[in-house]
Amino acid sequence: MKLEMKDQPGQLVAALQPISAVGGNIIAVIHQRETLAATEVLDVQIVLELPEEGSLPKLLELLREQGVSVVRIGEQRLLYECTLITIGHLMHTDLSDTVDRIDTTGSAEVTDLSLAMPAINSPSSARITIRSTTRAEMKKAVQILRNVAEQKDLLIIEPLEGI
Amino acid sequence: MRIAILGFGSVGRGIARAILAKNLDITVTGLADSKGGVIDPAGIDLAAALDRKGNGGPCGSPDVTPSDVVAKAEYDVLVEVTPTDVDDGEPALGYIRAALGRSKHVVTSNKGPIALAYPELRDLAVANGVFLRYEATVCGAIPLIHAMQEGLAGNTISRLYGVFNGTCNYILTRMAEDSLTYEQALAEARELGYAEADPTYDVEGIDAAIKLVILANTILDMRTTLDDVERTGITLLTPEALRLAEDQDCTIRLIGEVVPEAGVLRVSPRIVSKAHPLVVEGTLNAVTVGTDLAGDLTFIGKGAGSTETASAVIGDLLYIRDRHVQGS
Ligand SMILES: NC(=O)c1ccc[n+]([C@@H]2O[C@H](COP(=O)([O-])OP(=O)(O)OC[C@H]3O[C@@H](n4cnc5c(N)ncnc54)[C@H](OP(=O)(O)O)[C@@H]3O)[C@@H](O)[C@H]2O)c1
Repeated sequence: MKLEMKDQPGQLVAALQPISAVGGNIIAVIHQRETLAATEVLDVQIVLELPEEGSLPKLLELLREQGVSVVRIGEQRLLYECTLITIGHLMHTDLSDTVDRIDTTGSAEVTDLSLAMPAINSPSSARITIRSTTRAEMKKAVQILRNVAEQKDLLIIEPLEGI
Repeated sequence: MRIAILGFGSVGRGIARAILAKNLDITVTGLADSKGGVIDPAGIDLAAALDRKGNGGPCGSPDVTPSDVVAKAEYDVLVEVTPTDVDDGEPALGYIRAALGRSKHVVTSNKGPIALAYPELRDLAVANGVFLRYEATVCGAIPLIHAMQEGLAGNTISRLYGVFNGTCNYILTRMAEDSLTYEQALAEARELGYAEADPTYDVEGIDAAIKLVILANTILDMRTTLDDVERTGITLLTPEALRLAEDQDCTIRLIGEVVPEAGVLRVSPRIVSKAHPLVVEGTLNAVTVGTDLAGDLTFIGKGAGSTETASAVIGDLLYIRDRHVQGS
């Protein structure tokens, strides 16, 4: 996000403090001083990661209270990736519906899908890559997949390293 | 040191052969299989007993029962290596109780009694001033329990995970290597003697789950039963799934995992990077222990086999001898 603040000592700290207050993680701070000296306003760009979708409004409110104005909120990046394999009657149980249930969350999406169907009526296997904005969203997406798998009688193979 | 051996199958005979082959200063004064037994305070002729068994006969006389050996033979340590029963642990549980009650140390490779009744047996051992050791119950030759109890004493174990079943590991290795179906790989494992006629216990993850229960209850201060383990076996895996993993430099292994803090106890097929130390080939076992002081340690070795399992039993016997047994 791009922030605008008064060029006074302590202002940057005032802007960064709310981020940790909502449990966010600062990835980069880009500080620009090339603005016109007369404006006495500082432009700062911050790349950050939030624990969950809901933290953003809270953060904006806290920043406003600190007298920091948010000029622009950039694109949300899908930082987290997780690859799982599923086995079962994937087509009979509507694979696109399975994918939809994750995509409709809005904060996680299936970005890659490889399907192997050996023969009609025998179980097929698919590798699914999910990306999400936060770890919490990833956990949610994987839980959705687990629930769908239980309903549709599919086997889910999760990665060894935690999600 | 004098020992009595109950069970003269793969493990029991492995122990006898090691005693014969090496100068371990161990005398066997009692021996029994399902059909009979021998008691001889002067020491049983193990070579002759192995011969009788090799010719399809019983190891002793039908007049001497395993319970006679437990109750009447003169020994310092009972070596209990009869078949595992995961429902009630019998008849091994009764033999172990009786020996501890006689103030005899016990060494066992039998998962049933340890998984089902460890707290009771440990208390009984303590009350009688004797040792109860069970290194061979988990991962055969790998001295995992010794390592965690002694070598890693003082560490807090945050996570323990790995390949606890050699049969499943063999099947998955073969499915990945040569694109065999599950059924083909299982048939091959049976032919090589790596899988039982009824492979349920291995392929459904029950064997791995029992080992997790043993580690959880005896090392990690948890109170769990087999029903607490979330368990998925390998029977539904396809060669295509293994290839999809392979495409990303990964493979699939049956992983048992305990995370004490989070109460996680599960056995399930997992996607693992091929560069991970737990990715071992064939029937090997591998376990990673995550600790606070020592960091992560990975143990790799043979999880079964006559001599390999005997190695764990003998390690326990000598541990007891060095600390306790007098007058042998
Ligand atoms: N094999 C391994 O690599 C391995 C590894 C780790 C742990 N274990 C455990 O070690 C134990 C022994 O395994 P194993 O492979 O040696 O089994 P096994 O080859 O089947 O031998 C079992 C032995 O126990 C005897 N037996 C059966 N019922 C008995 C009873 N009621 N009283 C006394 N003896 C009895 C059998 O008698 P008969 O000879 O008359 O049939 C046989 O000699 C099992 O609990 C197993 O789970 C084995």
